[in-house]
Parts: sequence; structure tokens; C-alpha cells
Amino acid sequence: MVTVEAGGPGRWVLLAYRMPREPSRPRIAVWRKLERLGVARLGDGLVALPADARTREQLDWIADEILEAQGSAMVWLATPSTLGQEQQIAEAMQTARAAEYQAVVDEAVAARSGSGSERARAVRRLRSELHRIARRDFFPPREREAARATVQALADVDVTEIAEQEQS
Amino acid sequence: MKWATRAGVHIDRAACAWLIRRHIDQDAVFVFVSDPAAVPADATPFDMRGVDLGHHGGDCTFETILRRYELHDPVLWKIAEIVHEADIDDERFDAPEAPGLDVILRGLSMVCDDEQTLQLTGPMFDGLYEYQRRALLLNRPPA
Repeated sequence: MVTVEAGGPGRWVLLAYRMPREPSRPRIAVWRKLERLGVARLGDGLVALPADARTREQLDWIADEILEAQGSAMVWLATPSTLGQEQQIAEAMQTARAAEYQAVVDEAVAARSGSGSERARAVRRLRSELHRIARRDFFPPREREAARATVQALADVDVTEIAEQEQS
Repeated sequence: MKWATRAGVHIDRAACAWLIRRHIDQDAVFVFVSDPAAVPADATPFDMRGVDLGHHGGDCTFETILRRYELHDPVLWKIAEIVHEADIDDERFDAPEAPGLDVILRGLSMVCDDEQTLQLTGPMFDGLYEYQRRALLLNRPPA
């Protein structure tokens, strides 16, 4: 369940764009950047993010990049006409993030059986992954806390073991 | 000379303003605009959509300015890596300083206007430059 702010739908920043099929490299680069930002894909060549100073700037730069690659791009500020529509987009974004957090949980659990140095490596990698996901997480799902807690528990394995040995 | 950029400065613009004042034009005057159409005719725009001194080919504006003005100082390029990661966060460089710098600039923009932010970040970037310069000379983190 996503709690969208009371008082009506919020402002979103939209990027409407078109890029030539070939060369494919700039098209794929743009695709990857948009994935990294966690955009909602509203249709063919139309993506959206909740509007703030950062998201507006990010889509502005991508729009410029598309223009430099002989494409066309426009950045819009828009408001969904109903709360329900906004809720639908927000929920889809939240579900996508939830799956990413769940993958972190699974990896952290799997890493528990590793050696001390393997665990330390996994902690470093998973913390960067958490940071990446958090950057594009606009409607935090409950899996976020689980993922953070599981990675922290993985980091604490050694501490916990020492404490248990001291107690016994 | 007059220089124009978007209002609500963050890391890239603050770093560029410092770079311009210290290494390109010591009498630089900065104008902050909210729309590209509002850039004064006699000003050089930077870090805005559709201008030469902006993001190009994966570079942030700080890197673009270093290239355009042919500034080859390795210390400035080290700072460029930090600014790049604080601004774009695409993991192209290993810059552990970046997230901290990003947070500081975001916080400053909440309590300061653009003029004040540039005033405060000037000495900060001077310090960052000196630190990176010593690190480069010593080839290890300076004490």
C-alpha cells in the first residue's frame, strides 16, 4: 500500500522522447540511465518520476543527451488528474523496488555460510547495492527495512559470535 | 566577466563557480536564473540545458569546463572525479568523498541562498584542493 500525500496528486516530471533505432549505443545508454533512475514507464517513449530538484535535473540532462544523439525530447511538469492514477504508478514503482530489496535479502542470507572475508566482501557489495536502490526508491516498500536489517546482521555475524562465545 | 547558471546551486554549480573564480576569471560575477531564456546577453551560461558548458558525453559540467579551458592540473582532475560522483553518482570513479560532499551541499541549499552557498563553499573547495594536492605529492592521504 502506497501512501500518496494528502491534498491531491503531486507533481511529476515527464520525459517524452524518441531516438533513432540505429546507432543502438546511445539508445541503450539512455535506457540504462532511465532504469538506474527508477522511472515509471507510462508508455512508448514516455517516462515519469516524482518531481523534485534532483529528478528534474536528471531528466533535463538525459533530454540533452537524447538531442545530442539526433533524437527528440521534451521535459514536462505534470499532475495526474486523479489520486487513483498516481497511486497506480506509485505502486508499480514500489513493487519494482521491493523485488530489488528482496534480492538483497536473499543474497545476504546466502552469504551467511561464507568465511569471514567472504562475508565482509558481501557486506560491502550489498551496501553499495542498497545505496543504489535507495537512490531510486521514491515509495519505500516494507522490504527496505528487511534488506537493511539483513545486511546489518551479516555485518554483525562476527560480533555476535564473539559475544556468544564470551557468554558460554 | 559575467557568468550565469541555474538558481538553487548544488555540487556541480558550486564547484564550477569556484573553478571559474580561482582558475579562469578572478573577477567573475555570477547571475542565477530560473529559466534559460533569462540568461543576460553578456553572460556565459554554465551547467544549464543546451549550453556548451554543460553535461557532455557522460561528463559533468566541472569536467566540461576543465576540457574547454584546457586545465590539465591533476589536482583539479582529482576534484573532478569527486564532483562527478557527487553529482551523477554513476560509479565511473572511486570517490568515497562524494556522498558526504553531496549531503553537505544539499543541506547548505536548504539554509542558504545561492550567494551564501558560494561564499561558504569557496574556502571548502580551497581546502579540498590543498588536501588533494598534498595527497598527490605524498602519494598517500596527508595527515
